[in-house]
Amino acid sequence: MKPLRITQQGIVFSIFVVLFAGFAVFLPGFLTTSNMLTLLQNVAVLGILGLAMAIVVIGRGIDLSLIAALAVPPGVVLQLVQDGHSLSYALLLAALLTLAFGLVNGWLIAYAEVPSLFATLASGLFLAGLGQAALFKLDVVQWSPGLEGFEGLGQGAVLGIPMPIVMFVGACIVVAIFLRRTRFGAFIYAIGDNPFAARSSGIPTRPLIVLQYVLAALIGMLAGLVLAASVNSMPTRIYNSTLIYDVILVVVLGGIGLAGGRGGVLNVVIGTLLIGTMLNAMTIMDVSYSGQNLVKGVVLLAAVIADSFLNPRNEETAQQGDI
Amino acid sequence: MIKSSTLQWLGRLAGASALACAAGSPAFAQKGLDEPFQGPFKQALAGKTVAYVPVAMNFDLTEGWFAGVKRGLEPYGMKVVVRDANWSTNAGAQAVTTLISEKPAAIIVHNPDVQTYAKLLQRAEAEGIYIIQINMGSSYRTSAFVGANWIEIGERDTEAVVKACQGKSNKIAIVQGALSAAASAYTLKGVENVLAKYPEVKVVSSQAADWDAAKAKAITQTVLKQHPDLCGIVGFWDGMDIGTAAAVKEAGLTGKVFLATSGGGEQKGACDLVKSGAFDLDLSYDVPTQASDMVAIIKWLLSSGMKPGTSKGSIYTTLIPVTKDNAGIDGTCWKLEQLKKQ
Repeated sequence: MKPLRITQQGIVFSIFVVLFAGFAVFLPGFLTTSNMLTLLQNVAVLGILGLAMAIVVIGRGIDLSLIAALAVPPGVVLQLVQDGHSLSYALLLAALLTLAFGLVNGWLIAYAEVPSLFATLASGLFLAGLGQAALFKLDVVQWSPGLEGFEGLGQGAVLGIPMPIVMFVGACIVVAIFLRRTRFGAFIYAIGDNPFAARSSGIPTRPLIVLQYVLAALIGMLAGLVLAASVNSMPTRIYNSTLIYDVILVVVLGGIGLAGGRGGVLNVVIGTLLIGTMLNAMTIMDVSYSGQNLVKGVVLLAAVIADSFLNPRNEETAQQGDI
Repeated sequence: MIKSSTLQWLGRLAGASALACAAGSPAFAQKGLDEPFQGPFKQALAGKTVAYVPVAMNFDLTEGWFAGVKRGLEPYGMKVVVRDANWSTNAGAQAVTTLISEKPAAIIVHNPDVQTYAKLLQRAEAEGIYIIQINMGSSYRTSAFVGANWIEIGERDTEAVVKACQGKSNKIAIVQGALSAAASAYTLKGVENVLAKYPEVKVVSSQAADWDAAKAKAITQTVLKQHPDLCGIVGFWDGMDIGTAAAVKEAGLTGKVFLATSGGGEQKGACDLVKSGAFDLDLSYDVPTQASDMVAIIKWLLSSGMKPGTSKGSIYTTLIPVTKDNAGIDGTCWKLEQLKKQ
C-alpha cells in the first residue's frame, strides 16, 4: 500500500482549515461576507509580493530587494506627479526604473554569478538609499491632485469585491498561466530543480534567470502601486520594516521549498490565507501586539516542526542554504 | 574759474554750520553707547557647533527642525551638523558616543525610546555639552526638553472624540504607534486619563500600528466591519492615520466617525487632510515654533556660560488644534519647502 504522503502544503492547509473553522464557530462577526473581504483585502499586497517571490524561489533564488521595488518606483510616480508631471509620464519612468533594476539584479546573479542572497540584499539597499537621498523630498510621499482617479487601483470595488483583491486574483491568474502553461515557466522549474541539468539540455538558463528578477521587480512595483493607492500615499520607509520576512514566510509556509523547483501559485494563496486569517481574527479579538506576535510565532513553529517530522530531509538532495 | 563741485561743497558746508549753530551746543553730542552684553553673546556663539541627532531625516518633523535651527543659528557663525540615525537605535547611540568625544557646544537629541540614550546624555553633560531633547525625551532629564506634551495630546484628542460621541454609540477605537516608543505610551496614558472619567465610553479596539499607514488601515477596516456604528477614533500620529482615514472613507463613514490625531502640522500632512475631511481634529505641535524654541534655549545656554546640567527645564509646545474652521487659513500650517528656502 502506498503510504499517505503529507506535504507541508497539506499541513498548512489543515492548520488554516482548523483555525478558520474554529474562528467561524466561536468568534462572532468573523464569518461574514464583509469580514472575509476585509481579511483578503488586508493581505492582498502581501500575496502579490508572495507571487513575485515565488517565481524567484522556484528558480532557486531569493529576492531581498523586493521591498525596495515596492517602495521606490511607486514613490517616484507619486513624487513626479506632485512635481507637476503627468501620470502617464511618471508611470513610464517608474516602469523603466523598475525594468532597469530587475535587469541589474538578474545580470549580477546570472552573469556575474553573485549569490542571489547578497546581490539582492545590496541592490535593494542601493535602490532604497537612492530613493531616500536623491528622489524623494520626504519619506512619506503624499498623494496629489494630479493622481485623481488613480486611487481606483487600491480603493473601491468591482462587483462588490475590493480592488486589492481583484488585483491579487488577477496577478495569481497571470503568474499561474506563466508558470504552468508557458515554456518559460517550465524552464524555470527545470532550472530550480537542477540548474546544471537544465543547462546541459539546452535551456538558456542565464537569460531566464534575468527574466525571473525582472518579473519579480515589476510585480513588486505593481504591489507598491496598489499599496500607495489604497493608503493615498507611499510610505517609502516601509523598506526598513520586516515586510520582507513576511513575504518569505508566506512563500515558505505555503510549501515552496527554498531549494527550488517545487510549489506554485496555490502555495502562495494558502500561505497568504493562513497569515490573513490569523491577523484578522486577532484584530477582532483585540489581542495585544505582543500577544499577536506570540501566537504567530507558535503557529509558524508548529507548522515547521510538523513538517520536519513528517518530511525528514533527504540527505542526497538537501543543499546548503535550504531552510 | 571755480568748479561747480567746489561750489556745491561750499554750499553744503554753509548749511551744516547753520544747523550746528541752530542746535546751539557742541557739534559732537551724538556718540553711541556700547551695550555691554552683545559682544560676549556673539563671542559665545561664534564658531561653535550644534550637533543634531534625529531618529531619521527625510520626514516633515526632523527636516523642519533642522531647517529652523539652521536658520536661527547660522547667522551667528554657528555650525549645525546632522548625524542621521536613519531608524537605527544603534547608529544613533554610536553617533552620540562619537559626538561626546568631538565636543560640540550642544547636542539636539531626538530619542527613539526612553532608555537607550539616557546614560550617554548624562555622560555628555558631565563632559560639558549642553543637551536639548526634542519631542521624544529620555528618562534622564537634561538642560532642556522642547516638545509636545504627549499626555496632553492624548487627553485633548480623547476629549474631542468623547464629545463627538455624545448621543451616539459611545464605541471608540484607538490606533497606537509603536509599543516601544515613549510618545505612544504617554499618549495612551492621556487617553486613559480621560476615559476614566467617562465609563460609558467603550474602547472596542486598541491596537498598535507601528506608525505604519498600511497597518493602521488594515486594523481600522477590520474594526469598522465589526462595529459599523463606531463613533470615533483616537489616532496617535497624522502620518500613520492617513491609513486610518482611508479605511473610514472606504467604509463610507467620513463625517460619521470622528477621527482625532496629532502631528507636526505640515501643510500636506495636516491642514490639507483636515480640509479634505480625512481628519476632524489634528493637534499640531508646530515645528517652526519648536525650532525657534530650540534656537532660543541654545542662545540662552551658550551666553549664560553655566555648567551643563546645573539647571533643567522644559518647554512644552503650545498645541494648535487644526480643525475645519482654521485649516483653510494661511499660516495655520507650515510648509517645508518655504522653511527650507528661508
